[in-house]
Amino acid sequence: MKSHVYRPLWVVIGLVCIILVARYFYVPKDFGVGERGYMYGWHEKSNELFWKDYKVKYKGSQYCKDCHSDNYNKLMQSPHVIIPCEDCHSPAIDHPMDPQKLQIQKGRELCLRCHYPLPYPTSGRANIPSIDPDTHNPGTECVMCHNPHNPLEGLK
Amino acid sequence: MNRRDFLKNTARVIGGLTLPLTAFKIINPGELLASTGDKTKVRWVFLVDTYKCVGCGMCVRACKLENDIPYDAKVTRTWVERYVITKDGKTHADSPMGARDGFTTSKIDLGIDGYENVKKEDIDKGFFVPKLCNQCENPPCVQVCPVGATYQTEDGIVLVDRSWCIGCGYCIMGCPYGVRFFHPVYHTAEKCTFCYHRITKGMKTACVDACPFGARQIGNIKDPNDPVTKIIMTERVGILKEEYGTKPQVYYVGLDREVK
Repeated sequence: MKSHVYRPLWVVIGLVCIILVARYFYVPKDFGVGERGYMYGWHEKSNELFWKDYKVKYKGSQYCKDCHSDNYNKLMQSPHVIIPCEDCHSPAIDHPMDPQKLQIQKGRELCLRCHYPLPYPTSGRANIPSIDPDTHNPGTECVMCHNPHNPLEGLK
Repeated sequence: MNRRDFLKNTARVIGGLTLPLTAFKIINPGELLASTGDKTKVRWVFLVDTYKCVGCGMCVRACKLENDIPYDAKVTRTWVERYVITKDGKTHADSPMGARDGFTTSKIDLGIDGYENVKKEDIDKGFFVPKLCNQCENPPCVQVCPVGATYQTEDGIVLVDRSWCIGCGYCIMGCPYGVRFFHPVYHTAEKCTFCYHRITKGMKTACVDACPFGARQIGNIKDPNDPVTKIIMTERVGILKEEYGTKPQVYYVGLDREVK
């Protein structure tokens, strides 16, 4: 039985075989159906480790407590107690080794994040004491007069 | 047709019919799923209290620095939206730079159209809504991925495999919440991971830790004693775009109908 159909058929079968062999070597061995089934769990298992091992940069205020107890204790007594150290001082990462010095935000923009007056009745923002930056000592850094670790201690 | 041919053909037909059926049986997903069952002990969920949020944007800053999202690029894994509803019934909403630097003006940012002044006495309602990945129970972004680069873990977190993503962008279009984007450095799909590296170590996400007001919380819905679970189970909470059937797992306290 000789037919013109067979030659292209063999070519197609050959291509499929090549793709299957290439796929066997190219796709990682841990690629497969995960716990969430075919529709949502189809992935390479080891990639979960990539995300689990990602570097932690924000260490939390407890990390600062032992070496910077003076400022930490002051903060604990003030209304700013709710603000984590790293919000203003930037993430600790591996401080004091790396970085040796943290980039502290000191500008007016930092304080205005909460203390710019926005009179929104259905948001907590309305209850925060605020100043108008256009009239309240423009051009001056807030920390010139106010102590951010204890804003109620009085002006400097 | 003689008897020999008849038997031969019958054998062929039966063989041909059963082969694909058995092949299908080996990979029957329904059966596989039923046999494994739901044995997981952790399912991460998020709770946002919009009454507590003041729009300081510290969460956005923390997220960008924690997860190495280029700081000045106009992409972010989480952002805060401001809604101001005036007495004439109009809704004014903005989120300049995703609120990375907070909201330090009462003017509404209209993008290329400039700024819009809203008078204090015209305001009926004003509030802030933090947004992030909803880690849906039925994530459409995962379903559309043609290569298996995005997937859901056992504890419900949707992740992206940067080494496997081909950058087709289907998932970015597939997400009804618009939380996905291209990472400007890796050129692959990027999204909020609920800080998977932190929550799997017993820490909170960077945005939760950075929030001074407790507006953001993360918890395990499978733990009945988890404070977040208790709030979701006993208080009035809302979810975004329920009608899409994605079963989002970020719950909102004080959600308004203007919020989409």
